[in-house]
Amino acid sequence: MKIAIIKYNAGNIQSVEYALRRLGVDAVVTGDPAEIAAADKVIFPGVGEASTTMAYLKEHRLDKLITELRQPVLGICLGLQLMCSHSEEGDTPCLGIFDEKVRKFSLRHDLLPGMKVPHMGWNTLTSLKSDLFDPSLENQYGYFVHSYFADPGPDTIAVCHYPEPFSAALNKGNFYAVQFHPEKSGSVGAKILENFILLKA
Amino acid sequence: MLSKRIIPCLDIQNGQTVKGVNFVNIREVGDPVELGKQYSDQGADELVFLDITATHEGRKTFVELVKRIAANLNIPFTVGGGISELKDADKLLAAGADKISINSSAIKNPDLIDQLALHFGSQFVVVAIDARETNGHWEATMHGGRIPTGKELFSWAKEAENRGAGEILFTSMNHDGTKQGFANAALARLSELLTIPLIASGGAGTMEHFSELFQFGKADAGLAASIFHFGEIAIPDLKSYLRSCGITVR
Repeated sequence: MKIAIIKYNAGNIQSVEYALRRLGVDAVVTGDPAEIAAADKVIFPGVGEASTTMAYLKEHRLDKLITELRQPVLGICLGLQLMCSHSEEGDTPCLGIFDEKVRKFSLRHDLLPGMKVPHMGWNTLTSLKSDLFDPSLENQYGYFVHSYFADPGPDTIAVCHYPEPFSAALNKGNFYAVQFHPEKSGSVGAKILENFILLKA
Repeated sequence: MLSKRIIPCLDIQNGQTVKGVNFVNIREVGDPVELGKQYSDQGADELVFLDITATHEGRKTFVELVKRIAANLNIPFTVGGGISELKDADKLLAAGADKISINSSAIKNPDLIDQLALHFGSQFVVVAIDARETNGHWEATMHGGRIPTGKELFSWAKEAENRGAGEILFTSMNHDGTKQGFANAALARLSELLTIPLIASGGAGTMEHFSELFQFGKADAGLAASIFHFGEIAIPDLKSYLRSCGITVR
């Protein structure tokens, strides 16, 4: 199996490759459109800012490429947000794979005293759907670091609360995305990456 | 619900773990990757690796170590020590660090916080503050507490947040190494003041100290070193205890 990790101007892509290697899977980190298109599975990771990243993807013609992929695709963190229709961060039109919109957390101290932004740390994954998750993962913890989130919607396959519900994961057809970092989420994250690797093309 | 985080801190010198008590009398306690994996298996939520090496050779060893940590650990980790410009941070990011922590270099050059946040994102930038209280006044210090800076803790922490820090790691030099509990009053005031997460360090001696930290100190995470390294508190026991106190932990 060939897994391509999309290389672009985002931080800490290396961690995803390391996580796959721990599962015994080799992945190639590449920005080459032909190599990405030919892979059996594609991972679209990311830590960074939405508008500059979208501009980069457009400039390198990766935006169209990603939306046209037919094999299983997994977006991570910023990857999830960029796969949505629009992000409040820099008022950025995104790839539009998912219909959900991305908004910034506001400090709801009325609902959660001492709430901080970014939402940073371990939080529970609930209302799990799709073959990305097993029933055993319900209420388990994923590691999150983000200030923007996708609203819950028809594509939501996992919900997290901070303090209001948001999409911890999305799925539409061959496109999957998670807001948390499976590569940093201990054995729970490893299981989710393994499930993604096992998805049928 | 978002859980409170327990973070073991490993001091690294020439690629090995050491822990100083009150920042002196350093002794070795083992291989950082092995220790890190043990903590991760026991349920540590994050790890911090602080490089206390002064030499150029030691720094190169540290970057190699960061690569090994990133390859072997499946939880987030922060690295700190000796980061004074963008290219230092870039090397550590490329080696696989999730976050970097800056301390003295931020005090000497506060613009560094803005630059790091702009280049790598706020989530990558932890500003560490070692402060000491004298007659009710908290002053930030440099170089392991030896040099006063004239910067007041609370205004400096807020400035760091405004400049783009993603987290504040506050160590009370009055409490560090005493095992008498965290600086809860100062922590609660900091937590109220900040809109970014707060990591507390200095003073952990018992499991009760952690429940007090989360209940009264209002911190988002608690960091400690020797009590974990010397097996005085086991992380699974600490987490069961905190759960029994009604504190959300993973």
